[in-house]
Amino acid sequence: MLTTETRQRRGRTLPVTNGLSEDRIAYLEGLLSQARRAAAVFTQYTQEDVDRIVKPMVVAGLEHAQHLARLAVEETKLGVLEDKALKNMVATEFVYNYVKDKRTVGAIREFPERGLVEVAEPIGIIFSLTPITNPTSTVLFKCIMAIKTRNAVIFSPHPGAWACCFETVKIMYETALKHGAPEGVFTCLESHDLEDNAYLMHHKDVGLIDATGGPGVVKAAYSSGKPALGVGPGNTPVYLEKTADLSMAVVDILTSKTFDNGTICASEQTVVIDDEIYDRALNKFVELGAHVCDETETKILERTVIDPKTGCMQPMAVGQSATDIARMIGISVKPDSKLLIARIYGVGIKHPLSAEKLFPVLAVYRAKSADEALKVCVDVNHAGGLGHTAVVFSRNEEIIRRFSEAMNAGRIIVNSPGSVGAFGGVYNDMVPTLSFGCGTGGGNSTTDNVNVYHYLNIKRVARRTQAHMWFRIPNQIYFNLNAAQNLRNIKSVSTVIVTNLAMEQVGHVDVVRRNLPPQTLVHVLVIPDAEPEVKTVMQGVEVLNVHNADQIIALGGGSVIDAAKIMKLKYESPDADLQELAAPFMDIRKRVVEYPTEKVKRARLIAISTTSGTGSEVTPFAVLSDKSAGRKVTLADYSLTPDVAIVDPQFVMSMPRGLTADTGIDCLTHALEAAVSIYASPYTDSNAMQAIRLAFKYLPIAYEHPRDEEARSMMHNAACIAAIAFSNAAVGVNHALAHAFGARFGVAHGRANALLLPHVIAYNAAVPSKFMPSPNQRGYVAHKKYAAIADLLGLGGSTIPEKVARLITAVESLLDQVAAPRSIGELGISVEEFERAMPDLSKIAFDDPSWRSNPRMPLVKELVELFWCAYRGRGVARSIDSSQQQTV
Amino acid sequence: MTVPMPKIAEIHKIDPQHVVESLRAARKKLDRGNVETVLDLTAVLRIDPPTLCEMEALATLAEESGDKIRLLHVNVEIYKVLKLAKLAERFDFRT
Repeated sequence: MLTTETRQRRGRTLPVTNGLSEDRIAYLEGLLSQARRAAAVFTQYTQEDVDRIVKPMVVAGLEHAQHLARLAVEETKLGVLEDKALKNMVATEFVYNYVKDKRTVGAIREFPERGLVEVAEPIGIIFSLTPITNPTSTVLFKCIMAIKTRNAVIFSPHPGAWACCFETVKIMYETALKHGAPEGVFTCLESHDLEDNAYLMHHKDVGLIDATGGPGVVKAAYSSGKPALGVGPGNTPVYLEKTADLSMAVVDILTSKTFDNGTICASEQTVVIDDEIYDRALNKFVELGAHVCDETETKILERTVIDPKTGCMQPMAVGQSATDIARMIGISVKPDSKLLIARIYGVGIKHPLSAEKLFPVLAVYRAKSADEALKVCVDVNHAGGLGHTAVVFSRNEEIIRRFSEAMNAGRIIVNSPGSVGAFGGVYNDMVPTLSFGCGTGGGNSTTDNVNVYHYLNIKRVARRTQAHMWFRIPNQIYFNLNAAQNLRNIKSVSTVIVTNLAMEQVGHVDVVRRNLPPQTLVHVLVIPDAEPEVKTVMQGVEVLNVHNADQIIALGGGSVIDAAKIMKLKYESPDADLQELAAPFMDIRKRVVEYPTEKVKRARLIAISTTSGTGSEVTPFAVLSDKSAGRKVTLADYSLTPDVAIVDPQFVMSMPRGLTADTGIDCLTHALEAAVSIYASPYTDSNAMQAIRLAFKYLPIAYEHPRDEEARSMMHNAACIAAIAFSNAAVGVNHALAHAFGARFGVAHGRANALLLPHVIAYNAAVPSKFMPSPNQRGYVAHKKYAAIADLLGLGGSTIPEKVARLITAVESLLDQVAAPRSIGELGISVEEFERAMPDLSKIAFDDPSWRSNPRMPLVKELVELFWCAYRGRGVARSIDSSQQQTV
Repeated sequence: MTVPMPKIAEIHKIDPQHVVESLRAARKKLDRGNVETVLDLTAVLRIDPPTLCEMEALATLAEESGDKIRLLHVNVEIYKVLKLAKLAERFDFRT
């Protein structure tokens, strides 16, 4: 603690004027060196080492509680010996009871289910300023906390309490040293000097300032620029509400306010009493030893114990007994008076006794209503007590709730004494402390009862976690030729078939109608063959309501099925706000908006797809066109997934070749993007791979031989299987680009995908300029996935780059087989026009949510480059630099 | 051109039971010319403040003659202590 060198300095006059002398700096640096060494060495200690030291320190503190209390009272002339002894015991025994089983070394808390471990790191050197009001107890408390957390402390006691603090540090240090603490773990400044404090507060080796004291000390600590725990003054309001247990309340307030002659900053300052119980309350106080001042005595008190210039308490009164104060100011009270009570009629500078009074003088205010009482308490709270402590006595839970919300206080003490209650561990289960954090209201960094965790840097060791994945599909999927016959087994009283004109004309609606159970009432709703608009949806909902539908059959391509999905949503949950539900999200499990779960009606949705591409019959997505707002919105939620999907090739046998090609390429793109998505899983991979295999094998046949039943059937299955994959793994940058390009130039979605697909494969297979955060994947795997697809297709190649190149060639070949355009330029779009469109295209593509599941995070300039690649046309596989396709 | 004399490395095994004494013994031999002092801390698992003081003294002495003492097999815990005590940069470390 105090080295020989430092002891020799005691009593020397040091030339401290505007700055510190060299000697003084050397002295302070000496203290810091000791502390630095101790703190460094302390890092090697285990929890067991630390606990072995703490316990005897606590015992020593308890053994010396009376002795140190006596020293404190003798030196400071403040407070009450018995209470100071009690505080010393709280600071040791109660604090120990709280910390003894706490881990403060190494891993201190573990959250295995979250993959998190908290590991303690000591702060190093703590510079601690201690107050005159609670000197020895504060030092005991801080010493125990410091050892428990492996920190070294340099103490700077209040000059009026230096000797008792020095003795306390000495006892703690010697005990700690005896039980293995590192030398120099506690040091104490030889004298109190503001320049010394400033030097240490600003020293780079000091890790934390723990300042307990008056506002000046706290302000200096916070102004130093160092991390600080500054715990300063309060002004505790008390609401004595009419339902309170009056006998208990009065005793509690007397106990608290007279404890150590009111020196605890959490003690009661102004009691606001309901009118109904005001007189009884005052009588009770008097009965138990309080003196209620008359008007003249109150005036004298105001003039004498409060400084009229500053509105703050006069130091001469701090910690003095009620009788001593009465004697000092010339008021006549009974010799056993415990407390002086003064009536006040307002709060603030004009009502001096509403300020903080660290002595047994209590202000009381008569409130006509709960509202008035709460407002006066707010006033007191804001008159110097922000963030500190507030007390309420009431049996009315609503009053307690309102009080808690109205007060800005770190401790809101209910039906118990303020000062002893705020300590924690005595009247409640708060953390025992001798330092009360006052939050930002008090200029502090915490509202906590300061404890060991404030003396630690807590490191979080965060293990990689995997997001919970899912695989969701409709309850029933019926497939193969004439799968529509399964409708016969699905009961419905009232069914609405949502379809378009073409479906009626080719007889598909009749097929469905024929397959429904005979007792089903069937209504047909024909909607336009375009992306559904809000108007169309709302008209459909009206039809559903008119027929009280219990079943909706969507018969058509993606647009019709999407329309039916949204109709169902609005039919079951009329209050659903489509604009709000379309809000963007990054992770469907953490999305901001929630789809309605409460439904006023229920209808089964059966989706029968009449194209082999979108797979909307199994997806949780629906696109809505909002023409009034001039935009399209995408709704995505698993609640949109149809209940039943019917994948019956009879409905696609007559698809024209162009549509066969476009939808087939869309299907292949879905599968390829799902395969490399960051959300890909073994479940989606199996579907994606199968869809790719089927598309490569059967798309050219379906295109060349539209009546080939097997090819049609397999392509219809492929589209559904690919959709199952991307419903659970999502798509990627190809779709983001295609959405933007297709919308701008009116190019069919499948065709837009086709123009981009080879380039996107090459792009994803190369080393990304920016990786996409993807906790579920170990390393970058897109190129490996493409190689695996090439293997599945039997394309050959011995290295990953070779296989990727062959896959691209195979995709190009497939595109050629279905007469897909080779370039955007080929579509008749001039370079100038494309160039003009590029800013919008790249912006819209970047805003598109599809790429968020792409394995490679696209930069805007890369989106532009991909667009230009597609403009120029294919040949990517041949031009790919194999060095760029290295393994990652 | 003058070619500097190669130095002879003298390895001091530090006794974990008497760390300070071992360091003092090493310090006494420090001022001999063309001998490089190497302190082997293999057996030392923990150090205390007096050890740090002694190491500081050793580092200072070595620095006066423009040298750095080499520490062998310092465990991570002790390395962190030296780092916190701002002594790490005053030594060379070898494993």
